[in-house]
Amino acid sequence: MRPHPGAAAAVCGTVALALLPQVVPPYYVGLMIPFYGYAIALLGFNLLFGYTGLLSFGHAMFLGIGAYGAAVMSSVFGVTSFELVLVVVMLAAALIALPIGLLCVRYVGIFFGMLTLAFGMLFHSFLFKFYYVTGGDSGMRVARMNILGLPFNTYNKIEFLAGPFYYYCLALLLIAGLVMWRLVHSPFGLHLKAVRDNARKAEYLGVHVRRFRLAAFVISAAFGAAGGAILGFRVGLADPELVYWTQSGQLVFMAVLGGFTNFFGPIIGALSYILLQDQLQSLTEYWRFVLGAVLALIVIGLPEGLSGLVVDLRRRLVGRAA
Amino acid sequence: MTVLLETRDVSKAYGVFRALDKVSMAVHEDEFVSVVGPNGAGKTTLVNLLTGLLPPTEGEVLFMGHNIAGVGPVALADRGLARAFQLIQIFPKLTVAETVAAAVISRQKKRWRMFTRLSADAEIKARVREVAEIFGLSRRLETAAAALSQGEKKLLDVASAFALDPQVILLDEPTSGVSTADKHTIMQTLIAAAKRTGVKGIVLVEHDMDLVAAYSHRIIALSEGQVLADLPPDKFFADPKLIETVIGKRRGH
Repeated sequence: MRPHPGAAAAVCGTVALALLPQVVPPYYVGLMIPFYGYAIALLGFNLLFGYTGLLSFGHAMFLGIGAYGAAVMSSVFGVTSFELVLVVVMLAAALIALPIGLLCVRYVGIFFGMLTLAFGMLFHSFLFKFYYVTGGDSGMRVARMNILGLPFNTYNKIEFLAGPFYYYCLALLLIAGLVMWRLVHSPFGLHLKAVRDNARKAEYLGVHVRRFRLAAFVISAAFGAAGGAILGFRVGLADPELVYWTQSGQLVFMAVLGGFTNFFGPIIGALSYILLQDQLQSLTEYWRFVLGAVLALIVIGLPEGLSGLVVDLRRRLVGRAA
Repeated sequence: MTVLLETRDVSKAYGVFRALDKVSMAVHEDEFVSVVGPNGAGKTTLVNLLTGLLPPTEGEVLFMGHNIAGVGPVALADRGLARAFQLIQIFPKLTVAETVAAAVISRQKKRWRMFTRLSADAEIKARVREVAEIFGLSRRLETAAAALSQGEKKLLDVASAFALDPQVILLDEPTSGVSTADKHTIMQTLIAAAKRTGVKGIVLVEHDMDLVAAYSHRIIALSEGQVLADLPPDKFFADPKLIETVIGKRRGH
């Protein structure tokens, strides 16, 4: 039996990520934590966008729920287990996504996008204005927590992030990836794709179009919260910037950059974006301009993103060998 | 004979315009019923009422004895009424196997299985192969729907409806957009498929009188929202006035 090309890519990627801290300076290792956070969030985002055909412009809200949830639990209630935080913020995000989703999935296309944008902005104003609860623009502190019950007291924060926490996040991404892989290759996943391709036809084949859109929305929210908790933990702060609508736009950018038609696209997108942004920021103060140009080029020249380019190259190489 | 699908004095009004006016019709077991009529006669409205998409303004729509007024396509698919569209409806990025599997998943009530591997489900796979074989799509199982020929797309559209194991199938101009030469091939495939899959009744909405004449047991003619005639084909085609009303005056006569 020939292994699935995706499985081979996943194994190679995992090995490379596992070896990374041995070969690159700690600065870049630390830079990888946001990559893990965004990659997990984007796996969920793409269940909604790439597989169900709904483009959310308010997804940063769920990252915010994850980060603020981690802040409240660790700093206010003194929770020390990061696993407990992950479970609680994912459930909270799913619960909050349920009524919002019920309203949003009645619409598709630009109307769905605008409604999610509106909810995201509402949440941002809430964080910004309710100063006494959320700390307003100065945000809320996310205290350091234990992972797997271990405090790692001998490590300072940078060592902790570049060491144990790095591998912990790699493991989380693997779990998230496996769960998502099973989801999109299940009967449930096929019905999502049917909804994306032709909702009218899907209905006549017994597909519960709205319920499935809602399910995808709720699941993507939970993944977003897990990613947000990781981002908050890394910085030690949950601040309203994380929920601002440009953050939602950034998620869309990452998905398009990596290619939303490919399972691995969002992961590749998160990685390329983080590296690109870091390099550009150190090179020029006009980094946003360059990023914008890159996005335009991707949309025009590589509509299937970087992962589409990889698949295309592989096809050509295999075709030449045969 | 058991009545499968019927309307009782059904009317549908859009504002002041009455698209259907007290229409009563029935489809019995083992019957092939054609609905004909000129443009604007109310055929599309009738199909939308029969498939539970629109609720009637007055009257009842019954499927297997249950009122299905406005229950929606999903509930109807679950109860055993399938529809194939006039314009080809496919899932462009899904393969032939996936398209048929979407219906089989609904039929086998496996839609909420989130963590089982679709490719490892032998029951779904077997049924997909069976349906594809009936429609001559076995060699195309792994082809994306968008890459099929026009005729194959039509077959796939209908095959996915048959994969629901429906009691009744509603065909809305199934051969539109297909070459004249292929029309009868498609109809014969459909009728053979209906027999093999245990479909008990077929409703055909059609403009093409050749097809209506060749396959119907009964013809219902609509005109201006009312039932003009409900006759077996021999009697229907024996009435030149009726035919003229239904298809309009032919050019050159």
